[in-house]
Amino acid sequence: MCLAIPGKIESITNNELLQRTGKVNFGGIIKEINLSYVPEATVDDFVIVHVGFAISTVDKDEANRVFEYLKEMEELKELNESNE
Amino acid sequence: MKYIDEYRDAKRAKQLSKKIFEITTRTWSLMEICGGQTHAIVKFGIDELLPKEISLVHGPGCPVCVTPVELIEKSITLASRNDVILCSFGDMLRVPGKEKDLLAVKASGGDVRIVYSPMDAVKIAAEHPSKNVVFFAVGFETTAPANAMAVFQAKLQNIANFSMLVSHVLVPPAMEAILSSSQNTVQGFLAAGHVCTVMGFEEYIPLAKKYNVPIVVTGFEPLDILQGILMCVKQLEEQRAEVENQYSRSVKSKGNIPAQELMRKVFEIVPRKWRGIGEIPASGLGLKKEYAMFDAEKIFELKNIVVNESETCIAGLVLQGVKKPNECSAFGTVCTPEHPLGAPMVSSEGACAAYFHFRRIAV
Repeated sequence: MCLAIPGKIESITNNELLQRTGKVNFGGIIKEINLSYVPEATVDDFVIVHVGFAISTVDKDEANRVFEYLKEMEELKELNESNE
Repeated sequence: MKYIDEYRDAKRAKQLSKKIFEITTRTWSLMEICGGQTHAIVKFGIDELLPKEISLVHGPGCPVCVTPVELIEKSITLASRNDVILCSFGDMLRVPGKEKDLLAVKASGGDVRIVYSPMDAVKIAAEHPSKNVVFFAVGFETTAPANAMAVFQAKLQNIANFSMLVSHVLVPPAMEAILSSSQNTVQGFLAAGHVCTVMGFEEYIPLAKKYNVPIVVTGFEPLDILQGILMCVKQLEEQRAEVENQYSRSVKSKGNIPAQELMRKVFEIVPRKWRGIGEIPASGLGLKKEYAMFDAEKIFELKNIVVNESETCIAGLVLQGVKKPNECSAFGTVCTPEHPLGAPMVSSEGACAAYFHFRRIAV
């Protein structure tokens, strides 16, 4: 039920307060989504969408955190191995 | 799809799994709150990537599953009326009431419509002014802003034939009910990423402190869940009990403030009955006085419908993490997704349905 999926904003179709909507692309499927709760989101931003409403804008830097952590782990391992 | 595929990378999943093996020194029992996480764990076999010391307990985070049979019966009563169009998310249609489900009402001529968004129900109401259009509003905090907007817009646009049968529930009171139970075995939580996207995670800090339990806000893809488990086990091993945020690409500490503002405008905190658990104080949302004219329970005088839960179904114990679905005598025999006894076998997020679809060989 709390399923929400990321999609990319293609265009803003209504920019009025509490009625903000836009076309959002989910891997090729485009749907009209309510953007009232993400006033900061603009075209090309990714938003997380639940029952027709965007509930957050994906933070690009934070999205990389897990990959950076894994990369660091790998580098650390290589460093340890070369020291042995 | 971007922000999904890269979080399903097998090589990286194994790296995280290896790290979890490295840091685990004793047995730990973790609960994932959200049914979406339960499905990802069982579907991708994440539990099989963990050391045997770590057990995952499935939580109550499936709104369809925790909706009491009484509310299902109320929706059936409404849908059976000639002057009502009942709109609902698809999951609710197969949940058994006292004698039948909403799908059976639809088959015998009731106007029951599956909608994608509560705003679709408002649109249907505007298009059918001679009918009462009732939206069956179930959900956790994630869904509340969308449902609040539907009521807010109905009032603004003066759509008086729209109303809501509200069964909204909140996560922190359910966690507290689990933690304060004498049967509790949970030592750490993976909190629900989308609930926290809306609400933030500051309200979990007092829970972590009071019960000395680590809480890690976690996403829904395999790498998210593995990293959430890693963070939670690391806290347990280091004897810390803090609130941490794994799902930071979507969750901010204060959550989505415009969404919370509209929620507070339309809804207030009320006591709610949970299936198999009973009433929990201050654990749900109901419509505020200013929006009482949109409350289907008041409009149609549904207050006096009382129904008891099935005796065979152990949904309550499954939802509290006390029993696993395959420990139920009805599992996969009397109770299947085609002929469910309880909601956890129906919902696409229910723990019983997850075990039935992905774990039949093991049963």
